[in-house]
Amino acid sequence: MARYRSFRDVDWPLMIITLIICALGVLQIYSATHDTRWHDAWWKQLIWIVVAMGLMWVVTSIDYHTLLGQVPVLYTISVAALLATFAIGKLVFGSRRWIHVFGVNFQISEFVKIVIILLVARYLSELKSEEIGVRDLLKIGGLVGIPTALVMYQPDLGTGLTYLPILAAGILLAGLRWRHLAAVALACTLALPVGWYFLKDYQRTRLVTFLDPSRDPRGSGYQVIQSKIAVGHGGMWGRGVTRGTQTQLRFLPVPHTDFIFSAFAEEHGFVGVVVVLGLYFLLLMQVVQNAQTAPDRAGMYICMGVATLLLFHLLVNVGMAVGSMPVTGIPLPLMSSGGSNMFSVFMMLGLVNNVRLRRFVS
Amino acid sequence: MLIEHSDPERAHLPDRPDRLFRDDTRFALGRIAVFQYLAVGIFLFLTSGFWVLQVRDHEANSELAERNRIKTVPLLAPRGKILDRDGRVIVDNHSAFTLMLTRENLKPEHIEPIAAGLHLDPEEIRARLKRYESRPKYVPVPIKQELTSGELAFVDSHRDPETFPEMELIQDQRRLYPHGGLAAHAIGYVGEVSEQELNTTEFAKYSQGDIVGKAGLERQYNDSLIGIDGQRRVVVDSLGREREILESKEFTPGRNLKLTLDLDLQAVAELAMENRRGAVVALDPRNGEVLAMVSRPAFDPNAFTARIRAEDWKELTSNPDNPLLNRAIQAQFAPGSTFKPIVALAGLEAGSLDEHSSVNCTGGAVFFGRYFKCDAKHGPIDLHRAIVHSCDVYFYTAGNRIGIDRIAEYAELAGIGKKTGIDLPGEAEGVMPSSRWKLRTQREKWYAGETISVAIGQGAVTVTPLQLATAIGGIANGGAWYRPHLVKDETRSEQPRRGELHAENIATVVSGMYGVVNEGGTGASAHIEGIEVSGKTGSAQRISNELAKSNKAVSQAMKDNGWFVGFAPRENPEIVVAALLEGGEHGYQAAPVSRDVIKAYFDKKARLARPAQPQISLFRRPGR
Repeated sequence: MARYRSFRDVDWPLMIITLIICALGVLQIYSATHDTRWHDAWWKQLIWIVVAMGLMWVVTSIDYHTLLGQVPVLYTISVAALLATFAIGKLVFGSRRWIHVFGVNFQISEFVKIVIILLVARYLSELKSEEIGVRDLLKIGGLVGIPTALVMYQPDLGTGLTYLPILAAGILLAGLRWRHLAAVALACTLALPVGWYFLKDYQRTRLVTFLDPSRDPRGSGYQVIQSKIAVGHGGMWGRGVTRGTQTQLRFLPVPHTDFIFSAFAEEHGFVGVVVVLGLYFLLLMQVVQNAQTAPDRAGMYICMGVATLLLFHLLVNVGMAVGSMPVTGIPLPLMSSGGSNMFSVFMMLGLVNNVRLRRFVS
Repeated sequence: MLIEHSDPERAHLPDRPDRLFRDDTRFALGRIAVFQYLAVGIFLFLTSGFWVLQVRDHEANSELAERNRIKTVPLLAPRGKILDRDGRVIVDNHSAFTLMLTRENLKPEHIEPIAAGLHLDPEEIRARLKRYESRPKYVPVPIKQELTSGELAFVDSHRDPETFPEMELIQDQRRLYPHGGLAAHAIGYVGEVSEQELNTTEFAKYSQGDIVGKAGLERQYNDSLIGIDGQRRVVVDSLGREREILESKEFTPGRNLKLTLDLDLQAVAELAMENRRGAVVALDPRNGEVLAMVSRPAFDPNAFTARIRAEDWKELTSNPDNPLLNRAIQAQFAPGSTFKPIVALAGLEAGSLDEHSSVNCTGGAVFFGRYFKCDAKHGPIDLHRAIVHSCDVYFYTAGNRIGIDRIAEYAELAGIGKKTGIDLPGEAEGVMPSSRWKLRTQREKWYAGETISVAIGQGAVTVTPLQLATAIGGIANGGAWYRPHLVKDETRSEQPRRGELHAENIATVVSGMYGVVNEGGTGASAHIEGIEVSGKTGSAQRISNELAKSNKAVSQAMKDNGWFVGFAPRENPEIVVAALLEGGEHGYQAAPVSRDVIKAYFDKKARLARPAQPQISLFRRPGR
């Protein structure tokens, strides 16, 4: 086959939207941290973006079929690395999520997302029937379930939860009998109380205060209340860059990472929110378009996995800013300050480009 | 689309049916469309959330954001100082720390550990919080004043956002009574305004948490002492650090209060009353200025400045000696023989007596079929000697002759039976009986037999030490009674109450009182060399003779009160001192108390007349 890959064939609209969102993120990080001890976060973020683009190019360059072929190896490495975090992980805020390598802290669970996307894509594309049988359902469920459980046990409920939508979207796309769908739904419902039992105290409090933030106005309810005040304070046009009092006086917790969108909403108002959400929507549709034009099922599953993951991140993070979602501490893709998530998102976009470049084969 | 098996990148892959990678993706297009609709739905849902907060509820959220960042810090005005007549400090302020709880971020489970750290009862804190429920939520609740250094350390180390961020520390000026219980009753004390008080008209203008005068001068002059609080509006960050001052309104300190009290005299009077029960009042009869006012037992007003502990309060209020009672203005007792000069004056003025009127005292006499006894057999006795030796038979006879209503007329002129009008809250009236009084209060006719007891200051007549000092001082002053007062006011131009008295009658009474001290009378122990002290003793029964005889225990508990009222010099007196010793048995025991105060007054006057002498004072002057 012709292995011709043109630079021109890269999804340029996707790239441009991505970089605009990243730029807004850097601006907001600057605004939220310029007079704090994290004041250098904005140029660190720039470095992360540059490095992430390099990683994206690497991921784009290797044919995704090759990557799919390496899924067993990648999967094994992932599980091993997650296990390793328990042993050598850095304890931050009572949770072991980071591994310290070459002076940089890597959040393994972020990179596992890519492996999960590839795993689901490979498994489902190898199915022989048009519908998934119970055996396959249990098998793929088990394969995704192991890393999910490990991440949740770190404990990092939010990131662990992001793996499940990839699986769910894949299964639904692959086709599921109504009976099985009902069975899965029932199993999930039954799992809720069991899951509750396994939650840490702070996670339970978070869920309870999500339902009623005023119950704990100083604890996790405080974050939601302050975030909503910050958003509302922005009004239609926003307070202006570095002018949001909720952000600048730090009533809004972590305004450059998890709550960056609340800080953005305070300083740029409803108009800014609509613009950024519009950009995210365009980005998402661009990814979906690549799924529709993918050369094969595996490519389609990969793109849809990326789209689902991004949508889930947006829903949970942005929903958290307005109090529609519980505080889970998952970052806003492309905007939140931090390297690991930036790398994983760009690598996912690399996968999407990868699929796109291979559609012109033969 | 075909992928060749010869593709080197796929050569290592296990063999599997080609259709897996060949398969077209069209089968899922419908489901991808569902995903797109789902995405649209999610974005609309998120956008609506922002619409609600940013457009619909923008005003409310902006207000919350403002309230977050703007804090109002109260700047509490210090109360005015209280100074003695020479400007020496009697009541001062000192800087202290008060701990407040901010209710907006108060966690109920923090109350217990905070209470433990501050040595408070958690229930007490909860009760306080409950009382503040009607106030706006941003008003902090003071829970402990005058923190000790240990408590301050506790607050400082637990105030961070992770531990107890609801604790807020403010520095303020608290009342300090450097002399402890000195003049405690006249000065009074301050405390936090109570809920009951807030419902009274006197305190209605204050609000929960305000420190107000609760008794004595602190209460009487509260409005002028209290000052006006200021406030500062500041921008704070989430850690409570002040970033910017938006507005600052300084407080206006309360006005200082200069008293007529003389610390030197007060100290002498306090010492003379040490370990006794009773009261001393020293006045300047020429203008009504109170020079000293002591009531014993006393209390330490410092105990009230922080919120008084429940057990301390209970001890004060349940003490049978009632230390909170200001005996100088609130104790009402029969004046006993100290009433005789007033009866004598009434008799002289009414024409029932003259200075030569004589009575034969045989140690007792029968009036209206009842026997009234005298302390001794004085034999034939005239008015002067009757006062000097306090002959009861003489005054029984005189009183019977004068009649109750004439006695009452002159006694009331002297101020007996009504409030003196001193600038202190809670003054008692005393009683001056008369036929009208009896009809009004008991709806009964006055029996002439009752006059006999009243004539020697027993029966229904009761006075306060202040009333007695004022009454006798006014007589000694030539029949001009000034209203007693404690606050020095140079502009004061109040005219005295005057009666149409004859100077020679006054001279007769005063000469009798001079004899009491200087002619071997009952008050000889009040004698001071070189100073013409005049006065009258009194031993007033608190129960009838019959009861005393039948019940030894009661008679022991209800020992007679000892009175002495004295003034000096004999003409144009400058000071009049009334002393009451509760259960003191006899007036001659009270005489030395008055003598000490009078002596201190003249010693000081002599000292000031020799300005070359270095002055030694027990009390500091401000600015030294």
